[in-house]
Amino acid sequence: MSVRMPVLLPVDLWALGAVIALSVGLMVMLLLEWAPVRPGSPRGAILSLLTLAAAAGSVLYVRDVARSLFGGMFVHDGFTVFFTILFCAVAALAVLLSWDYARRTRIGQSEYYMLLLSATLGMILMAASNDLITIFLGLELMSLALYVLVGIRRARLESNEAALKYFLLGAFASGFLLYGIALLYGATGSTNLTRMAEFLAASPLQNNPLLIVGGLLLLTGFAFKIAAVPFHMWTPDAYEGAPTSVTAFMSAGAKAAGFAALLRVVLHALGGVHANWAPMLSAIAMLTMTVGNVTALLQINLKRMLAYSSIAHAGYLLVAVVAGGHEGASAALFYLAVYSVMNLGAFGVLTLLGRGQEERVTLSDVAGLGFRHPLLGVTLTVFMLSLGGIPPTAGFMAKVYLFGVALKAGWIPLVIVGVLNSVVSVFYYLRVTVAMYMEEPALEPVGISWAAPGVIALMVCLALTLWWGVQAHALLALALRSVQGLM
Amino acid sequence: MREYLPILLFLIVAAVFAGSTIGMSSLIVPRRRNARKDSAYECGVDPVGNARARFTIKFYLVAVVFILFDIEAVFLYPWAVTFRQLGLYGLVEMLLFIVILLVGYVYLLKKRAFEWD
Repeated sequence: MSVRMPVLLPVDLWALGAVIALSVGLMVMLLLEWAPVRPGSPRGAILSLLTLAAAAGSVLYVRDVARSLFGGMFVHDGFTVFFTILFCAVAALAVLLSWDYARRTRIGQSEYYMLLLSATLGMILMAASNDLITIFLGLELMSLALYVLVGIRRARLESNEAALKYFLLGAFASGFLLYGIALLYGATGSTNLTRMAEFLAASPLQNNPLLIVGGLLLLTGFAFKIAAVPFHMWTPDAYEGAPTSVTAFMSAGAKAAGFAALLRVVLHALGGVHANWAPMLSAIAMLTMTVGNVTALLQINLKRMLAYSSIAHAGYLLVAVVAGGHEGASAALFYLAVYSVMNLGAFGVLTLLGRGQEERVTLSDVAGLGFRHPLLGVTLTVFMLSLGGIPPTAGFMAKVYLFGVALKAGWIPLVIVGVLNSVVSVFYYLRVTVAMYMEEPALEPVGISWAAPGVIALMVCLALTLWWGVQAHALLALALRSVQGLM
Repeated sequence: MREYLPILLFLIVAAVFAGSTIGMSSLIVPRRRNARKDSAYECGVDPVGNARARFTIKFYLVAVVFILFDIEAVFLYPWAVTFRQLGLYGLVEMLLFIVILLVGYVYLLKKRAFEWD
């Protein structure tokens, strides 16, 4: 008996280029432990940037072909390309933000960047998977790296607490997800998303309890990763305790990865049973938006505030998932790109605050910042306006398109709750601006750790936030093109 | 649901067996209590202090590393069994797998994870 082996064509190797480049890059980084450098050396950061550029470049090279590899487990299509580029960009911006931050907070060099690349690899696998098993593999690779990254400042008590909480709750969520996968396998006879969709289309058993319970467990696992209520409890603690550069990376990357996998599962595999999960997801969306925004009103620590804001944004994104179809999916992609950029920017400003190992990220720390450092003040203000969805920023365009799509799909109550929530959120976003421009600075004004790479990253985020606010159609068209192969 | 009947039978047998052995022994056992009989290890060393003591993290490290390479060895077995069918493709795949683990091994070596002191 002979087993037929998959043959990898050169174009397949290019499609796998991101995975290969990142794997090789992170292994090289591990081996470089044998060639020590002085603690402040930028070697890890430079190597990471090169690896990420190679990964993005190789996928871009074959962006127009669609391939299905490894027995349908790994797909290379517009959706994969979009998210691979997004994750590489997020990771590259995070590397730039970490450049000086990792040095001044004495985070080790090679392990830090190695874990960053592993998490990126996990995210790419999640977005490129067409099989529940590979989605789980990617998710675990991402999560395990992030657990360590959250706690990488070992001497800080908050960091330890955050890592332990994130790890324990994350392990639970993985258990739920895996159990859901097992039940869905039992209900549909396959873990392959395409085959699941085919089975459900042909089967009269769409109300099979096994399918419903499995779907619920699966959604629980995803809800944890995207920080949706009621599985959001870990978010503020993990975001606050993690080094700020890691918070920036995970708030953008991990959420986008969770949504990438969620979109593939619910729109591709479970697309035929839309009526089964849409009402439930819409309830979760409402809860997530409301709880996130209302709790954010009470926060004084900016990292915690942005953590609750990221919960609220998960709620907005769920509205797009509920709306479904090509337009809903493209709204989610568009929103994720915009959200990643503005959120990285907001956290990026926070990485510059404080000197040495100190962490100065409360509202009173930024009081008067707008006058002492006008450029930094304006930058943070733009990100806050964008997060709040005020024109002419990208956040506004993203919200308009997202709510417009949901309205067209007929989810009127959901849109009303979403818009009301946007209004509420403006209060706490603008409060940061108010503190920066209208309040007296604290007795000991916060020192700024200027560093060229971090400033470059902020300028990129700022430019994109403003550019997509006035010229959104190119990104929108790209998002629509990217989801064509999804359903 | 018929195919689940053996599982139900198995559950009943397991419950009855466990319940009856524990029940029977508690019914017929002679009860002669004394201090030595009530200690944690009747015929072992006397317990000294609390078991929840702190011990060095090196044990964890060794355990984790052991499990990693143990699993590598376990993965080699199914490959070895189907070696002829998988042919060159399987050999290349397995070499890649081992190389990745080897990189981890080299890293551990440099981090001195295998040295006790």
